[in-house]
Amino acid sequence: MAKIEFRNVVKRFGAVEVIPDMNLVIEDGEFVALLGPSGCGKSTSLFMLAGIYLPSGGELLFDGHVVNEVEARDRNVGIVFQSYALYPHMSVRDNILFPLRFKKTPRDEALTKVKAVADLVRVAELLDRRPGELSGGQQQRVALARALVKEPQLLLLDEPLSNLDASLRLSMRTEIKSLHEQLGVTTVLVTHDQIEATTMADRIICMRAGRIEQVGTPDDLYLRPSSLFVASFIGSPPINLIAGEAEGGTVTVNGVRFPVDGASGSLTMGLRPELLRFGDTGFAGRIAQIEPMGREILYVVETGMGAVRVLEQGSSAGHSPGEEVKVSFLPENSLVFETERQKLIAGAHVRAPG
Amino acid sequence: MTTIADQLTIERRGHAGSAARRRTNFVIFLGPAILLTVFFFVVPVIIDITVSFTDLSRSLRISEFTTEQYEKVFRTDRRLSQVIGLTFIYVFGTLAIFNVTFGLILAITTTAIRNVSGSFFRGVWLLPRMSPSVLYILLWLWAVSPTEAGLVNQVFMQAFGLDAPLDLLTSAPIALIIISNGFIGASMGMIIFTAAIRGIPEHLFHAAAVDGAGTFATIRFITLPALRWPISFVTIYQTLSLLVSFEYILLLTKGGPFYDTTVYALYVYRRAFESGQYGYGAALALFLIVIGVIVALLGWRFFDMERLLQRPRIEVH
Repeated sequence: MAKIEFRNVVKRFGAVEVIPDMNLVIEDGEFVALLGPSGCGKSTSLFMLAGIYLPSGGELLFDGHVVNEVEARDRNVGIVFQSYALYPHMSVRDNILFPLRFKKTPRDEALTKVKAVADLVRVAELLDRRPGELSGGQQQRVALARALVKEPQLLLLDEPLSNLDASLRLSMRTEIKSLHEQLGVTTVLVTHDQIEATTMADRIICMRAGRIEQVGTPDDLYLRPSSLFVASFIGSPPINLIAGEAEGGTVTVNGVRFPVDGASGSLTMGLRPELLRFGDTGFAGRIAQIEPMGREILYVVETGMGAVRVLEQGSSAGHSPGEEVKVSFLPENSLVFETERQKLIAGAHVRAPG
Repeated sequence: MTTIADQLTIERRGHAGSAARRRTNFVIFLGPAILLTVFFFVVPVIIDITVSFTDLSRSLRISEFTTEQYEKVFRTDRRLSQVIGLTFIYVFGTLAIFNVTFGLILAITTTAIRNVSGSFFRGVWLLPRMSPSVLYILLWLWAVSPTEAGLVNQVFMQAFGLDAPLDLLTSAPIALIIISNGFIGASMGMIIFTAAIRGIPEHLFHAAAVDGAGTFATIRFITLPALRWPISFVTIYQTLSLLVSFEYILLLTKGGPFYDTTVYALYVYRRAFESGQYGYGAALALFLIVIGVIVALLGWRFFDMERLLQRPRIEVH
């Protein structure tokens, strides 16, 4: 187990600065997710933790020791790659055994460990097969077993679920989370999928263009996104963002007036689709499209301010395309951002018109 | 309105049309290759077989059809066993030292260093293959020249204080033909192995590094297993090409001193065209084809090529 610290870490590839200045502390035993769109530097950060990439500047610390120059093989980390990277010519047993080979573990003890970890991730009956003969989900479990067998102080997961089909992804999410609870190993998950991050991690580090945008619990990021970027990245379907000018306590967008508290100037209102509802008051619009999503229905409402997404509970649509509706929301469910700096204005709210 | 009969006619005509087109395509696409194979492979083999059953010699007259040439091959030619033994040493030595092992070392080292320098060194090792064979051997002849002016002698005499110049063409002719052929042969293995190493998914190397494997363990557990197929291919292919090629030996040593560097293919050439025993040369050549086929089949078996050929070579992720 280890406490991980990034101190002013910089990573450059040639002239390209991928990570300009990263500062982060991951507590011992914590499960954190590095979340961001592709190219945001999250995998680069992970590979620096693994020792595959060396930092170009700053310090990387494991339990207070600088590990910048420590080679991958001496760091005692386990990693699961997006492609699983199982050794194709070795049996599952030899794949899992591989890390122990270099720890000089006696063969009997090593085989016992392999058996134990294979039981843990439920691949015990597959030990004699080759990776090519396994399904995606099974390969993913074997990759987990190989990462866990050496009892790493840090477990790294690089987009581990992105190659799995939807139902398998759901069950692996639960399994990885419960594995973490059982083993208590410090775990870093890299993902571009906000649902993966919010369901599995204790804390989420949201990254954008090599910089950390916000660090917080899933609730923090959902309820109090520090920027427009985080607000639009977290939540599905994505948040509605409506920009307008505030004057005399009212934001006016294309003739629609929203009373505002605690903010002025150029503002962007953030309204989550799941917190909007149809009613007799609010702003007016016409239903343009209906997308049933099982227990929920997504309405796309055409308004004077552009298309607004509204998510309603229930399995049958209460409205039909072309219908004129009014949309309202509770003031405490609204978010207000400065349009210029794209930052959240804490405590500011808007109210629905009318 | 069309009846079912009409439709059937249309269908049949359509089929007839496509069958004709298929025949035309067959002739257009495969015709040239088939012609070449027949004229330059099948016909020569038939001529070879025919000549081997005659007493064709310098006079270029066939007086009788006979099996005497085959009696010579299997009974009376005492030199043949020595030639076959030498051929084995030459083929095995060149393969084991250069074409596979050295090619492998070149591929692994040039892919491990920076790309620019790697490409440079691979380019250098390709030079012998690109240069005309006569020029290449002339350079060798100068390098191993038995006078003090020879490159090897200059090095040995000035750097290591050797007293008298060495005559490598007389004292170590077998080593010389192996080295001169190996310097050329290594580049083919190098190119094929390099391509195969490049084809290994990078994540496997990352995984091995995180799992604790050092440089040599990575080569042993990741690189070499992925090269099984290319190694098998290069071994079989180069065995066959070494068995039948002799131009560098002919240019460098002329098969001498005496018969010391006369490998089988060169022996066939010397018998047929230097001694004018065309009939005997033809019989020997036919025997070489048989040896080649046996070697290829043994290699096919040994390396389990059939199984290797049926599976995709590169794991796609």
